[in-house]
Amino acid sequence: MSLTSKDVAEIMRMLEASGFDSLTLEMDGVKLELNRSGATTPAVQARAPAPSPSPTLAPAHAHAQPSAAPAPAEAGLVEVTAPLLGIFYRTPRPGEPPFVEVGAKVQPQTVIGIIEVMKLMNSVSAGVCGEVVEVLAPSGVMVEYGQVLVRIRPEA
Amino acid sequence: MPIRRILIANRGEIAVRVIRSCRQLGLETVLAVSDADRDSLGARLADRTLCIGPAPASLSYLKPEIIVQAALGSDADAIHPGYGFLSERADLARLCEDESIVFIGPTSAQIEAVGDKLKARAEAEAAGVPTAPGGAVARVEEAVALGRRIGAPLLVKAVGGGGGRGMKRVDDLADLPAAVSMAAAEAGAAFGDERVYLERFVARGRHIEVQVLGDGNGEVIHLGERDCSVQRRYQKLIEETPAPGLSEALRAEIREAGVRYAKRLAYRGAGTVEFLVDVERQAFYFLEMNARIQVEHPVTELATGVDLVAEQIAVADGNGLSLSQSDVEVSGCAVECRINAEDPACEFRPTPGTVRLAEWPSGEGLRVDTHIVTGAAVPPYYDSLLAKVIAHGPDRATALERLRQGLRRTLIEGVATNIGFHLAVLDDPEFQAGGVDTGYLARFLDRADPPSEA
Repeated sequence: MSLTSKDVAEIMRMLEASGFDSLTLEMDGVKLELNRSGATTPAVQARAPAPSPSPTLAPAHAHAQPSAAPAPAEAGLVEVTAPLLGIFYRTPRPGEPPFVEVGAKVQPQTVIGIIEVMKLMNSVSAGVCGEVVEVLAPSGVMVEYGQVLVRIRPEA
Repeated sequence: MPIRRILIANRGEIAVRVIRSCRQLGLETVLAVSDADRDSLGARLADRTLCIGPAPASLSYLKPEIIVQAALGSDADAIHPGYGFLSERADLARLCEDESIVFIGPTSAQIEAVGDKLKARAEAEAAGVPTAPGGAVARVEEAVALGRRIGAPLLVKAVGGGGGRGMKRVDDLADLPAAVSMAAAEAGAAFGDERVYLERFVARGRHIEVQVLGDGNGEVIHLGERDCSVQRRYQKLIEETPAPGLSEALRAEIREAGVRYAKRLAYRGAGTVEFLVDVERQAFYFLEMNARIQVEHPVTELATGVDLVAEQIAVADGNGLSLSQSDVEVSGCAVECRINAEDPACEFRPTPGTVRLAEWPSGEGLRVDTHIVTGAAVPPYYDSLLAKVIAHGPDRATALERLRQGLRRTLIEGVATNIGFHLAVLDDPEFQAGGVDTGYLARFLDRADPPSEA
């Protein structure tokens, strides 16, 4: 038995759909080596927001790509993520100043925002000492579990 | 306002199944996923995905207020709960009612009526649906008196139990007082409800259930019955329709009883009325009603050609039933095998992991409902169902042969599965003859691997 071009195409499709980057197959004196082009391990990154609406089935590996992630963050920043799904508010009450702005110094217990779930308010604290360098989530908008709310440069 | 966007509060194969019907109906889907399911097939197929919490179900799929918040925040008009998780929790249905979100299922009152075993039993009696001799017992003295009337063997069941949990068998009435006290204490600890009741133990019983659809205004039809007697520790493994070897008179009586029960509740949506058929007495007793779509619904769909999820949505949308009883025809036979990530060689221990390779069969009369593709994760947090392979044919032998061929062509690598076990059952003459009782699979396992005498 030898490999036809159809077989090779089939094997390539299997590799494409798998979590592997390369494949070596030896049989009946034939050696086939396949490498996924440009295969690199995606860098560890912030949790991406929900994948954009897509009516068709994307290949499995597409989701590992940092496609929809916010602009690459400065190294060493700490991300404060939503501990639960709900409506994010930056202010204690409408019309009041935000809990934190860019440049604010925070302590671990400093409240950076609140998340409302069915009229129950849950406060979110910074978790670290440092300075707020970026506020990503707008006020009054639903955030998912794990979504990045603010980035903080920790105190050395 | 008609439904146009549905939030699906479930995972796995049923999430994919619901998305499929939504697409055919031109409805948008929002899938609520836990952190562990962000890359699942359902997440890729849905129009939008919302992460509702961390992997453990108690922090994500089992949070009614988060689910409703996710629906409100994504402008979904309706919530489809699938099966398991919150599907039969009256508090989710009630929250939806309060927030004017359509709950694709029965009313919260109907969920409560069937969720309490004693209420459900009382409804059966009121509907003229036979129940096994028995009843509630508040005190040990009551239990002794009732136990004498029923006779041994009998079962002590927890009102809050179900699916085999919270049951004790009593073979000698002298043991009854101790069993009742212990069962009540255990039920209090396990279900937060100490109430127990007694029921006759049926030595040879078949699990036969009736698929019903109700419009919520008293109109109810049935779509035939399913035989789910092939069970291991009360977990169904193989289901089929129609139930083999049932007399036509008994079959008709069971179907009518299922309709009567749902009519009594003016049931809304898809539901299943479960019965225990006493083989020796040729009688049947009401067990419980499941107020949701069931895992095994595809056998009914293949034999009747009805899309049950689409019917659920139509009823929820206020459009009533799209068909009447005379439109329903159960044609041929359909059989389903539940493919689980579990190892039959190691006492069916779950085998979570990553599926290295998944190849599912296709062919005449074959249907596969699954969320498992090559590279898919099987997280340890949830049940082990990988897929349902269902075969339909003009007769039972053809359906079984197609199922056997389908399973032989299935290739799953990376996690152990029960496919080989299913093939062994399909090859067993007793199963092939049809009409096995719920004790069959335990006997089959003992035959295959007799308890060692050493």
